[in-house]
Amino acid sequence: MADGAPIPPVAPDHEPEPDGLPERPREFRIGRAAFLATVAAGVGGIFLGPRLSKFVTNPISGALPSSLGDLIPGNGWRIYNVQDPFPTFHPATYRLVVQGEVERPVSLNWDQITALPGASQTSSFHCVTGWTVDGVRWEGIRAQTLIDLVRPLPSAKYVTFRSLEGPYVDQLSLAQFMLPDAMIARQMDGGPISRAHGAPLRLVIPDMYGYKNVKWLSSITFTAAQAPGFWEVRGYDIDAWVDRSNGYT
Amino acid sequence: MATPEPGARIARFTLAERLLHWLLALAFGILLGTGFLMSVPALEGAVPRPVAKAWHIDAAIGLAVGVIVITLARARTIGRTINDLERFDRDDRTWLAQIPQRILSGTPAPPQGRFNAGQKLNTAVVAGLMVVSYITGILLWYGERNTAYRFAGTINVHDDVMWLLMILVAGHLYMALVSPHTRAAMAGMLRGNVDRAWAQRHHAKWVADVDRSGLPVDTAQRPVRQVADATAKSGRDIASHEEQ
Repeated sequence: MADGAPIPPVAPDHEPEPDGLPERPREFRIGRAAFLATVAAGVGGIFLGPRLSKFVTNPISGALPSSLGDLIPGNGWRIYNVQDPFPTFHPATYRLVVQGEVERPVSLNWDQITALPGASQTSSFHCVTGWTVDGVRWEGIRAQTLIDLVRPLPSAKYVTFRSLEGPYVDQLSLAQFMLPDAMIARQMDGGPISRAHGAPLRLVIPDMYGYKNVKWLSSITFTAAQAPGFWEVRGYDIDAWVDRSNGYT
Repeated sequence: MATPEPGARIARFTLAERLLHWLLALAFGILLGTGFLMSVPALEGAVPRPVAKAWHIDAAIGLAVGVIVITLARARTIGRTINDLERFDRDDRTWLAQIPQRILSGTPAPPQGRFNAGQKLNTAVVAGLMVVSYITGILLWYGERNTAYRFAGTINVHDDVMWLLMILVAGHLYMALVSPHTRAAMAGMLRGNVDRAWAQRHHAKWVADVDRSGLPVDTAQRPVRQVADATAKSGRDIASHEEQ
């Protein structure tokens, strides 16, 4: 310090800071900001989640084997099965059997299935456990196409859908199967149905909860008698209308 | 400051703080376990889904009720905890800014209070994630009854929060149980006190505050006026007690 320069007074209680300013007890709202940012990101994610995950999570989980991919949350779907491992689709040996109270039972190979006329739709998928995936694009075979093919007898009142997944079975009434947006889906979101989602064929009935939407279809049987499905013998409603069944009002 | 005798200890957590901590730990364990039972296909069927779900919801409600009850019953001590956690001073900001240097070249950390800046930030983030968990959990729960509460992203966010919390809790467990540098803190959560020499190294400003105030840990670090109020209040309590 040069001779003669006035020495600035220093308050006795405060050490001068290196920049010459007296120390002031400053506080930073780092914690509050982090807390509020976390909450805001979470609430925003409730609305943005599926849109974001289409770009982020799907390529990741799609690249992993299903056993690992199922541990990666984020694409809105939650995969349920009742028996491990997931059934495997072999195009050369796969058969869909359509039988029961019909004039003309058939066993269709994959070429015959892909040759059947198809329809497309976009619908929501609701799970009885509370999650929903909106805007799922399906392509598949309508009930009427199968009915024209096998010609059910007047005694046929119900349709039983059996899965390649051993014990899984479910049933619709013939009228429910013929709803305009029910179908035997061959494609999902513009591509073949993935193994986790029930390759190669699954039932889609958007008006009912997911457990009616049988995956990995192996046979379709027209019957006269009603029989509860896999989850229905375990206490779930047979008529699983979205919002109007299983205790939902 | 006089050099403390070897083996000296210093009180860090009150009983209410420890109760809150262990309640949270127990509830988080149940929530995580039952959540896995409901969402990991490999565990599907290990326990009936309705049973896992009932435990999941009960643990969430139990945690919320427990937090409210303990906080109200010991409002002063929990208020002090929150105060200690939400104030970030200049040293805390430096502590956070220097994380890379500290890891890469061992730059010594600036002196810290009862909680270091990382612990404070972790608490704020975990508290935020818990709020998000509750919001999404309640939406999932009510979404079963009323589709107005159903949003396609709810389950994603609930899952993502779980993963983030698991990462943070894994780091927390590593520091509490494994790392030789931070393991000494575990005693604070079990017995309430920690090794004084360790506290001096990791939380120098807090030790200095305790020494300066000359007060037990329960009242250290609070402005003098509040301490006086608290003393007067307990005096009144005694007086009113005697009147009865």
